[in-house]
Amino acid sequence: MTTRLFGEPVQRREDPRLLTGQGRYLDDLGRDALAAAFVRSPHAHARIRDIDVAPALDVPGLVAIYTWEDLPERVGRALPLLIPHPALTHGRTAYPLARDVVRHVGEPVVMVVASDRYAAEDACALIEVDYEPLKPVVGLEEAVQGAALVHEDVPGNVGAHLVQEVAAADGRGAGEVIEAAPHTLSFRLDIERSASMPLEGRGVYARWDGRDLRVYSSTQTSTSVRMAVAATLGLPLPHVEVIAPDVGGGFGVKIVHPWPEEILVPWAAMTLGREVKWAEDRREHFISSAHERAQIQHVRVGFDDDGRVLGLDVTIRHDHGAYTPYGIIVPIVTSTQLLGPYKIGAYRVAFTSVYTNTVQVTPYRGAGRPQAVFCMERTMDKIARHLGKDRTEVRAVNFIGPEEFPYDQHMTFQDGRPLIYDSGNYPEMLRMIKELIGWDEHERRPGRGIGIGCYVEGTGVGPYEGGHVQVTSDGRVHVSTGLTSQGQGHETVFAQIAATELGVPIERVSVVTGDTRRFGYAVGTFASRAAVMSGNAIALACRKVREKALRIAADALEADPADLAIDDGMVHVAGAPSASIPLSTVAVLANPLRYAFDDEAAKATQFSATASPDRPPVAEGEEPGLEGRDYYSPVRSTFASGMHAAIVETDPDTAEIKVVRYAVVHDCGRLINPMIVEGQIHGGVAQGIGGALYERMVYDSHGQLVNASFMDFLMPYATEIPHVETAHLETPSPLNPLGIKGAGEAGVIPVSAVIASAVEDAEGIDVDRMPISPSELFELRELRELRAAME
Amino acid sequence: MKPPPFAYHAPRDVGAALRTLAQVRGKVLAGGQSLIPLMNMRLAAPEHLVDINRIGSLSAIDATPAGVRVGALVRHSDAEHAGAHPLLTRALKLVAHPAIRNRGTVVGSLVHADPAAELPAVLAVLDGTVRLARWDGRAVEREVPAREFFVGPLESAVEPGELAVSAFFPALAPRTGTAFEEVARRHGDYALAGVCAVVTVDGDARVTAARVACVGVGPVPVVVDVTGACGGVDVPGASGGADVTGAFGEVDMTGASGSAAGGWAEAARAVQEETEPESDVHASAAYRRHLVGVLAERALRNAAREGAAARGA
Amino acid sequence: MEHEITLVVNGATRRVNVPARRLLSDCLRHDLGLTGTHVGCEHGVCGCCTVLLDGRPVRSCLTFAVTVDGQEITTVEGLAREGAPPRGLRSAGSAATGATGEGGGTERPSRPHDVEEVKPALSPVQRAFAECHGLQCGFCTPGFLCTVTAFLRDNPAPSDDEIVEGISGNLCRCTGYQNIVKAVHRAAELLAEET
Repeated sequence: MTTRLFGEPVQRREDPRLLTGQGRYLDDLGRDALAAAFVRSPHAHARIRDIDVAPALDVPGLVAIYTWEDLPERVGRALPLLIPHPALTHGRTAYPLARDVVRHVGEPVVMVVASDRYAAEDACALIEVDYEPLKPVVGLEEAVQGAALVHEDVPGNVGAHLVQEVAAADGRGAGEVIEAAPHTLSFRLDIERSASMPLEGRGVYARWDGRDLRVYSSTQTSTSVRMAVAATLGLPLPHVEVIAPDVGGGFGVKIVHPWPEEILVPWAAMTLGREVKWAEDRREHFISSAHERAQIQHVRVGFDDDGRVLGLDVTIRHDHGAYTPYGIIVPIVTSTQLLGPYKIGAYRVAFTSVYTNTVQVTPYRGAGRPQAVFCMERTMDKIARHLGKDRTEVRAVNFIGPEEFPYDQHMTFQDGRPLIYDSGNYPEMLRMIKELIGWDEHERRPGRGIGIGCYVEGTGVGPYEGGHVQVTSDGRVHVSTGLTSQGQGHETVFAQIAATELGVPIERVSVVTGDTRRFGYAVGTFASRAAVMSGNAIALACRKVREKALRIAADALEADPADLAIDDGMVHVAGAPSASIPLSTVAVLANPLRYAFDDEAAKATQFSATASPDRPPVAEGEEPGLEGRDYYSPVRSTFASGMHAAIVETDPDTAEIKVVRYAVVHDCGRLINPMIVEGQIHGGVAQGIGGALYERMVYDSHGQLVNASFMDFLMPYATEIPHVETAHLETPSPLNPLGIKGAGEAGVIPVSAVIASAVEDAEGIDVDRMPISPSELFELRELRELRAAME
Repeated sequence: MKPPPFAYHAPRDVGAALRTLAQVRGKVLAGGQSLIPLMNMRLAAPEHLVDINRIGSLSAIDATPAGVRVGALVRHSDAEHAGAHPLLTRALKLVAHPAIRNRGTVVGSLVHADPAAELPAVLAVLDGTVRLARWDGRAVEREVPAREFFVGPLESAVEPGELAVSAFFPALAPRTGTAFEEVARRHGDYALAGVCAVVTVDGDARVTAARVACVGVGPVPVVVDVTGACGGVDVPGASGGADVTGAFGEVDMTGASGSAAGGWAEAARAVQEETEPESDVHASAAYRRHLVGVLAERALRNAAREGAAARGA
Repeated sequence: MEHEITLVVNGATRRVNVPARRLLSDCLRHDLGLTGTHVGCEHGVCGCCTVLLDGRPVRSCLTFAVTVDGQEITTVEGLAREGAPPRGLRSAGSAATGATGEGGGTERPSRPHDVEEVKPALSPVQRAFAECHGLQCGFCTPGFLCTVTAFLRDNPAPSDDEIVEGISGNLCRCTGYQNIVKAVHRAAELLAEET
């Protein structure tokens, strides 16, 4: 059967064009467009005294130069704060071009438009900006001291402060429970900055024909960019279209919108009456997009003799950089997802989110979860070490049991909904990961360590996504959904869903994502939500189409719709394949026509219609055409889970760290395409290993990002990434028709925790900071020897 | 990230190149693998670029019993595949990645004089030379020894108007082995620290000469003659090849006499003392100092073993 | 000042006027319309812009177009050329008119595959990447394909370690490389079957 494709490792339909250079990424479009470039602040914190553009005016090819003062009022307003939250008492956003003060190196100050990017950069180099340097605030500790301020009107640099508490069953708070616990530990954890770093930077290309504006953006949310552009430029929504073309990776950074350039490039295109394009270069991406991860966590935990956590108190300092356009999603996710697969007696988590004169912090794959899991899993390892127990045993006594779902963690998740886990089987997963890595057989010796990390990930957050499905009279099925794609294979998995639901060969199904001309309502691609949200919406839309098809076919075949089935594009009476009608013909019958423009249309003209003369050609409550639209809007998120384990070797002399084995057990409910899910896991683990051993954003005390290049920001090559062994557990989600959960972020989430666990095991040293380099491991060893010598 | 404009010169022979350089004092473009990134970032903005890629005579590799002379247009990969000098070949495999080596040149790496790069250390440990030419009514050449050629970080002895036309890597003495040991954050990155060693042994596999050059731990390649520390040391396991176990190369201690182990360690300490490592985003100075000791010992052992294995040859 | 240069791109002779500072990557993408070669860092680290220069992989972002005047270049658009119609010639020719580019103002769907299944001819290396899911967003893929095509020509039956070394100059942010390594093995098999 060609049409039961759900769950099959179907080859990707995106690949032929991407393999032959026929993909269309942002900078592949608009060959004749003018090019934009920006003068960006070289200072972390400074007041702009004066901007002199005169030296640039003679640059050949120069078309226009804009500063903030040149922008009309509505274009020059501060960018929106996308996700307000009551705890974000001092939210601040940037202006599209800096107004008076710059607050991080890389903030855009002047926009230049020229015949090509070379000329635009020539002009940028000649524009003279006179800055009065101000004291920069760099690093969490300097920020919380509050001696210097990033924003004059934000005391103590505190943007947000939020406390969430869950009392123990007997009503006691975490502090009280910890005090009374048989054992307590307290410690500090540090996680440094990293970034999404897709290989394609951001980019915007706009064209204006005097009435309609079309914007292409390398974005994770074209529908929302469209609304933001229309609102800011004062255009009626139907006159603005936004298209996400092929996007060369996102990993979170491209969900932020509108970026300054998403406003400025369309505005310049309208102002100049010319096509304008801006393709971000790598240096711009480092200093003017977004970073993530940096947190300091102070942990206090109380536990019993079995390692059962009775109370946990976590205080988080979160560095959100210079602005908060995306609100405080990241520390909220850290606070709530910290609980993982565990039942924690009493829990208190407080975070303070502070401003620094650095690039803003917005979600990067995992979005606060890697930090959360690092915290909880370090806690579990420390409890085990304190009690002299096996690390997996301590985790097991804290697991939520498979019979306890749905399990209410009594907190509020990032979507404002209760944190209730839908399904999972953690003990079974632990058994699987131990077997896969050979936990019990692992030979312990110095320089070789084994580590483990467990997580639960809320995926598929709302509010909704939609799908539109149309069967045309040639038998083709056209599927569209509003959210975008950055490599996840949506064209394939959504086609699998549609083919399966409609009973058509996948070759006849085509999928369009991220094009507001095709579907205008959507949220975006983030939070491992695309398959859950759009997948289910498309399935529901297909079911509407199917129902209509069966109704029409039943009329034509004089059968009961309940007796009909669709296979291979043919509607037939179950058990009587000869009584059948192709779906293409059903599509013809669904649309009564006046004009016979082709042979198919001739069959559908009003004069040859077979319908009863007593009924209108389009019955009441019906619409012409064989198409359907539906939306999926869940009450709350689904919760995927996973456990990773690794074996590392550390060189006794050079302190190099090598991951020799890496194993993953993963549960994202029902798998639509196991090949694609595995690919997502591989890539996530590789990013996680980057974050654990290689990648960090290093600012000096002046707020200069000193490693803003691929030479010094060490994304791993193939030589740094181990083979990843995977196994799947499928506990379907009861919350959605397809029983699926998200998979996009899973791979990255526990990796730092796992590597820390393994290095700690190999070295017998506490590993409380990530990432860890050979130089840092060497220093930890020196410290250990120093301590030993002092004792 | 687009390069600034420049005047472009594409001479067809060395004489024309030298005359152009004498007139415009431009920057020489060979492989461009170090220069063009700097230009793309607008950290370098030469007014004139003299492209020597059309000067076929600079592509020669001349191997003689005395050593190998490598022309200014010889790409890393060409020199690597020519296999004209064992230490050069060994070091070239550590330079960046294949696609960079297909374009980058050996002489260009020397002139760039990055103290973290492998090839300057190779030239330095071998006591090689660079041949520089300039136009003074006619082509005038001078031969600069490595110890004078590397002046400071990213600074060589090439004067304005001069063209480095070739480099000479002296052949190894009989019964001589080499090694290049380094630790880089990622495969192909500039090393955090690295040591190349050249060790000569006598007919009884006793060390008679030992010299190392270190990368990444000083403003220029740090050359240390450690014959004094390990001269006379017996080389164990003279069957050739480094002993490698586990995920990391580990030196096999079995069979090493106490004096031998002491000799290597003493030599490594002597090397450490000569270095002036600095801290940066990738490693602390203390770690680099530690690392160079570890690597010096490994490199010396492996070079000695290779030299001992070559006795019969 | 502009320089007239001649490049033999995917088998087709192309004459183009470029300023001396024109990077080969920009010349291919913007002057010749061959946008399959991608630019990821413009400082030679990521490998997205890798093309074959006289058959050898090089970084087109670290090469001035004027320097390689007269030389042969193969881009991702030309990899399937052997044994297939002269695609390089055709695609290059049409792109040079600007008629197919979206920016040319011509109305056409942003996703050609939406209208009709595009089934371009694929080389064994390209087929292997599809079979083994060796790509996700596809941005780094052209650089990998060029690198691997040359690598397998020099080493038709590589080991795992040799493959990892062979692709070690190309960054991929999506796949974790595992399926790329698998694809290189598979491509070696496909190439062996063909000969």
